[in-house]
Amino acid sequence: MANNKNFTLNTLKAFSLIGITAFAMACGGGDTTSSTPTPAPGAMVKTPEASAPMAGLITADEVKLGAIDQGMVAKGKEIYDVKCQACHSLGTNRVVGPGWKGVVEQRKPEWIMNMIVHTDAMLESDEQAQALLEECLVRMPNQNLTQDDARHVLEFMRTLEADKAS
Amino acid sequence: MRSNPLTTTLPLVLAAAIALPFAQGCKPANTKSAVTGDAASKVFVPPGQYDEFYNFVSGGFSGQMSVYGLPSGRMLRLIPVFSVDPETGWGFSEETKPMLMTTHGFIPWDDSHHVEASMSDGIQNGKYVWINGNNTPRIAMIDLKTFRTSSIIEIPNSAGNHSSPFSTPNSEYIVAGTRFSVPMGTDAERDVPIETYKENFKSTVSFIKPDTSNGTMEIAFQIKTPAVDFDLSHSGKGPSDGWFFFSCYNTEKAHNLLEVSASQNDKDFIMAVNWKKAEQYAKEGKGKMVPGKYYNNSYDESTHMATSKIGTEVLQLDPKELTDLLYFMPCPKSPHGCDVDPTGEFIVGSGKLAAVLPVFSFAKMQTAIANKDYEGEYDGIPVLKYESVLQGEVKKPGLGPLHTEFDDKGFAYSSMFVSSEIVKWNVKTLEVVDRVPTYYSIGHLSVPGGDSRKPWGKYVIAYNKITKDRYLPTGPELAQSAQLYSIDGPKMELLADFPSIGEPHYAQAIPADLIRPHSLKFFKIEDNKHPYVTKGEKEARVVRDGKNVHVYMTCIRSHFAPDNIEGVKVGDDVYFHLTNLEQDWDVPHGFAVKGAQTAELLVMPGETQTLKWTPTSVGVQPFYCTDFCSALHQEMQGYVRVSPAGSNVPLSANTKSVDAGI
Repeated sequence: MANNKNFTLNTLKAFSLIGITAFAMACGGGDTTSSTPTPAPGAMVKTPEASAPMAGLITADEVKLGAIDQGMVAKGKEIYDVKCQACHSLGTNRVVGPGWKGVVEQRKPEWIMNMIVHTDAMLESDEQAQALLEECLVRMPNQNLTQDDARHVLEFMRTLEADKAS
Repeated sequence: MRSNPLTTTLPLVLAAAIALPFAQGCKPANTKSAVTGDAASKVFVPPGQYDEFYNFVSGGFSGQMSVYGLPSGRMLRLIPVFSVDPETGWGFSEETKPMLMTTHGFIPWDDSHHVEASMSDGIQNGKYVWINGNNTPRIAMIDLKTFRTSSIIEIPNSAGNHSSPFSTPNSEYIVAGTRFSVPMGTDAERDVPIETYKENFKSTVSFIKPDTSNGTMEIAFQIKTPAVDFDLSHSGKGPSDGWFFFSCYNTEKAHNLLEVSASQNDKDFIMAVNWKKAEQYAKEGKGKMVPGKYYNNSYDESTHMATSKIGTEVLQLDPKELTDLLYFMPCPKSPHGCDVDPTGEFIVGSGKLAAVLPVFSFAKMQTAIANKDYEGEYDGIPVLKYESVLQGEVKKPGLGPLHTEFDDKGFAYSSMFVSSEIVKWNVKTLEVVDRVPTYYSIGHLSVPGGDSRKPWGKYVIAYNKITKDRYLPTGPELAQSAQLYSIDGPKMELLADFPSIGEPHYAQAIPADLIRPHSLKFFKIEDNKHPYVTKGEKEARVVRDGKNVHVYMTCIRSHFAPDNIEGVKVGDDVYFHLTNLEQDWDVPHGFAVKGAQTAELLVMPGETQTLKWTPTSVGVQPFYCTDFCSALHQEMQGYVRVSPAGSNVPLSANTKSVDAGI
């Protein structure tokens, strides 16, 4: 068993720069101290549009956000408790992966859903995902959620707004 | 200079070879001379590519089943079946212990011999395989979605389940013929002098009904037979569908010095059973329930737990009353293999001590039965005339014929134990067309689909009893050797050797395409109905129930919850119920705690498994994940504080890792 098998030297080399700039907020984030240099605001999050979209990934058009749907939130929370909570806090602190508080303000909705549904494809191809892997050093498990499940989790995340003060 | 292995290690084989007119056929020269042509390219499966066949090989005295890829000979899996397996926790975890329960108690070992594949219309369907437990008579059913043993049933009124677990063409039944005759019935009827063998000993063949929807088995009925030793068996198919054939030895009814006393008769028998008729009699209530205690154990994939049912009697049919169930066909001499060709017309007996391979005709057998063409009877069962049922004999096939399989082109392949060779012969003409040495002393052989209505052909695999100089020496004990031969051309061609686990007896090779698409990748956590499941860290907790402490523990890359436990006392029984929260393929977590008297647990994604631990001394004991799971695997660890019996330390568990900071 070696689940970090795709985490090769090449990956390290290719994405080290992006890693340094992107993960600070994504993974350490919030009010925790980080030894990495504070990046310029514009460099913190590379937009998904900057890299070529992979075939089969969920596109922005497929994710319509309206007023928060409490039914979907409840379903998303239920999934979170079983499949996500062991690694993701609802605060800003990282446990294994990043805390979810404020995540919808940092990531595009379709990026979040792709990380959930197409985890391995994202870890292979998406620069932000790879930067997160460099920070967290544990490959995010594919927890085998359906696209609907992921949409519900996204709705739950939308209730976790960042604190205005931070 | 290395010495010639023949003169130093194989004098018997050499002597046999010299003594025979076909000496060229069984002259194993040395370890290097056997491979010709482009064997390497025929077995090379490039990295990242898959093998063409799964080869399910009996583990012999390991009690397990091993799985190889063909043609590479790469070992893919060891499936725990009849023996405990500390690597996976099989037989050690609370969930799997019932699988090894028998009327003799918990039995941690058996001797597994023969593998049979599930079939539809006589063709392998890739859903299940069965394997027999020879010593404490049992049959195990293995689900090829999970490569796990789904049920194990004990066979009552049997002693040495050797002639097993062969299948009818639609896997309606799996059979179990006893190797040893034994006295049956009440305690008084079973407590008899061994020398009263001829009066008091009987044999049975049992028909087991599998349920392929859930991987369980039931005993349908059992036929009481004269005291013979059943060796192997195979079902009819096509025209002979509805019949089953069992090779029988020790028709002398010897009970001691069998090596000599059971080899007196020139011919023993192949017993033909009209199982469709037996099934009908069973349905019509013509059998009677007789004493026969047995365990029937099955594993439920939704509760992730095995349970045992106990049966106390079986439906037995008596051929003395139901006179058209059984017929004996004389067969030279101490037959082992009993194999039916793909057309279903011919039955081949492989008599270990015989000089010919007899080929029986099913059509002739039917005519002989209709005409009552008997040469006599044996304990009231008609014995058909040899000449009347014989299609013909393969003359001088080799020494020690043991087992025969078939290809898709009308050829048969018989293993010759004494002369160490595979002999290829034409099923129609009965002429030997090719022979090739094996290294050494072949037992069974296997052609993919070679005992079915549709052999896939391409290879024959020899499962050898003696290894000697085939591999680098490893002291007195050597791995058993299997050998892969190409049968595509007119001449058989040795391609590769590969070592095997235990002693390989019979095996099945099944096209990968029938199995690979259905392989389960993980258990859905939503469907987990284990009574001690922990669905998410929020449910992680520790509960005391008298002296039992139940730890509801989760694992995910790369931590346990809880990871610190206090309040456990010496003398407690601690049950660690581990739920793996991962939902991805190939991400098991392991669990070991210092001083565990059992084994580790290996918990598959979405599964719950339980390790019982009885701490014997005061202190803080560590536990950790044994299966390298991520870069933070080494951090996947925790502590249990064990206090003296009677201590007041309150029970507590740290599950706050994730909640911190919210």
